[in-house]
Amino acid sequence: MSNGVLQIKAMSGHAGTVPGANTSRDYEVAKLIDVTTCIGCKACEVACLEWNGYPFRETQFDNTYQTMPDLAWNYYNLIRFDEHTTPEGTFQWLMRKDGCLHCAEPGCMMACPADGAIVQYANGIVDFNQENCIGCQYCVTGCPFNIPKFNAETKKVHKCTLCSDRVGAGLEPACVKACPTGCLHFGSKEDMLDLAEKRVDQLKEHTAHKNAGVYNPAGVGGTHVMYVLHDATNPEAYGGLPKDPKIPLLVRIWKGPLKWLGNFAMAGGVVAAFAHFMKFGPKKEHGGEEHADD
Amino acid sequence: MIERYSFHERICHWTTAAAYLYCLATGLAFYTPHLFWLAVILGGGPTSRQWHPLLGVVFVAAVIWMHALWSKDVAIGPSDKEWLAKSEAYVTNDDAHVPPQERFNGGQKVFYWAMFWGALALFCSGALMWFPEYVPAGLRWIRPVAILVHECAALVTIGAFIVHIYMGVFVVPGSTEAMVGGRVTKRWAMTHHKLWYDRILRANK
Ligand code: HEM
Ligand code: SF4
Ligand code: SF4
Repeated sequence: MSNGVLQIKAMSGHAGTVPGANTSRDYEVAKLIDVTTCIGCKACEVACLEWNGYPFRETQFDNTYQTMPDLAWNYYNLIRFDEHTTPEGTFQWLMRKDGCLHCAEPGCMMACPADGAIVQYANGIVDFNQENCIGCQYCVTGCPFNIPKFNAETKKVHKCTLCSDRVGAGLEPACVKACPTGCLHFGSKEDMLDLAEKRVDQLKEHTAHKNAGVYNPAGVGGTHVMYVLHDATNPEAYGGLPKDPKIPLLVRIWKGPLKWLGNFAMAGGVVAAFAHFMKFGPKKEHGGEEHADD
Repeated sequence: MIERYSFHERICHWTTAAAYLYCLATGLAFYTPHLFWLAVILGGGPTSRQWHPLLGVVFVAAVIWMHALWSKDVAIGPSDKEWLAKSEAYVTNDDAHVPPQERFNGGQKVFYWAMFWGALALFCSGALMWFPEYVPAGLRWIRPVAILVHECAALVTIGAFIVHIYMGVFVVPGSTEAMVGGRVTKRWAMTHHKLWYDRILRANK
């Protein structure tokens, strides 16, 4: 998935075209989180800290098994625990790995004013370049999932990188490698969607989860981190996953029509002043001839 | 020549102007990617982001200082209502039909109030944008609202500012000199601020 350089070009002792000739690879990657097989072991949380070189930190007890209430600038990956009562009256733990979804149309990137602080790679990963970040936190305002977190000391914002450094070297993200149940999958976006749909069919057919579904929200152009949910009609139950996430309307107005209006008004103001000067020129002093020189 | 602006008034004015210009340049850098180079030449993005709000506080403080000096002079009175009714004559340089004016004319006072309220709106919304991490999670919607208010208020002051510079530098010769050196000719004063001039004459008698 990393790139096309290992595609076979020619082969010894081979008649006809080589296998794979004229095919194109799918460069878009995705992580699939099958929450139905998550056991809440937090191996992914630990792997994330280790790979990114962040220290372990004190947990904050909040009446659940959740490590702490929210993600942090040095904690990209948090299993959210929710106690859920099913319509049949049975009890269920909902455990969802929270973190950046790597939106195809990222609100963080739309909001960010700094040249190159946020980049989107051709493979779909959305990455923050802290050296270009100015610390304005507009990205936090733009993100429909409330993901980016601010480090007040360095004035930089951080979030999950989807292990772009590992993926670039042909490896899977650290969390995927650590997951003991196979609940985390990584591959091309197409393959992951395929896998997700198969899993959903399986759930519908063999379990009571008739509302099972894939979470790949269209409002942000789809995501490069997707979920399989037991009940896709109620994503909010999973630690507040928004049902129909969109870049906030006010952010779109701010970055769209208001920019045009403002540019037009400012340029128009300067042009109008110049035109006024050509037509009317400066004011002349009048009256008081007796004081002409003092 | 007569004194139009005291030394104190001129210092106050140029403090306001310098702080405003810095905020304007760095603000426009954050406003559009095409002007981000403004932040770069002013010391880089992080530096600009750090100083923009600080100079914003200086700007607002200077506006309040200016208000303490000029609140009497900028209060809208009868001569301003007449001026505003005849503003077309003023704009087209048909000055024979412009009613005599106080120390500041109706247009200048409108500019003053646009800047004054703009500064307060910029300050309130800017404070929220300065420390968005302290906006409670339940009130997240306030963050984009603050940005929109800040941007609209900035645009209002920029519009006023363009007219202000244009008038002071190009249309009314002698104004910039007045704000630098403090003095105007009697003829200038009679032409542009007759009521004020008469008042000074009477006071000096
Ligand atoms: C942006 C912040 C500024 C504020 C809040 C401000 C405010 C004021 C106010 C309230 C006055 C009194 C007369 C009027 O209302 O026109 C004034 C006068 C003046 N200002 Fe500014 N000013 C600012 C920036 C500037 C700048 C950057 C210049 C530079 C060219 C400038 C040039 C002048 C001149 C020439 C006058 C004298 C007008 C006259 O006496 O007829 N101002 N300013
Ligand atoms: S989830 Fe938020 S931070 Fe991640 S890409 Fe989407 S908008 Fe950006
Ligand atoms: S805090 Fe950094 S990454 Fe976020 S919008 Fe501002 S400059 Fe961009």
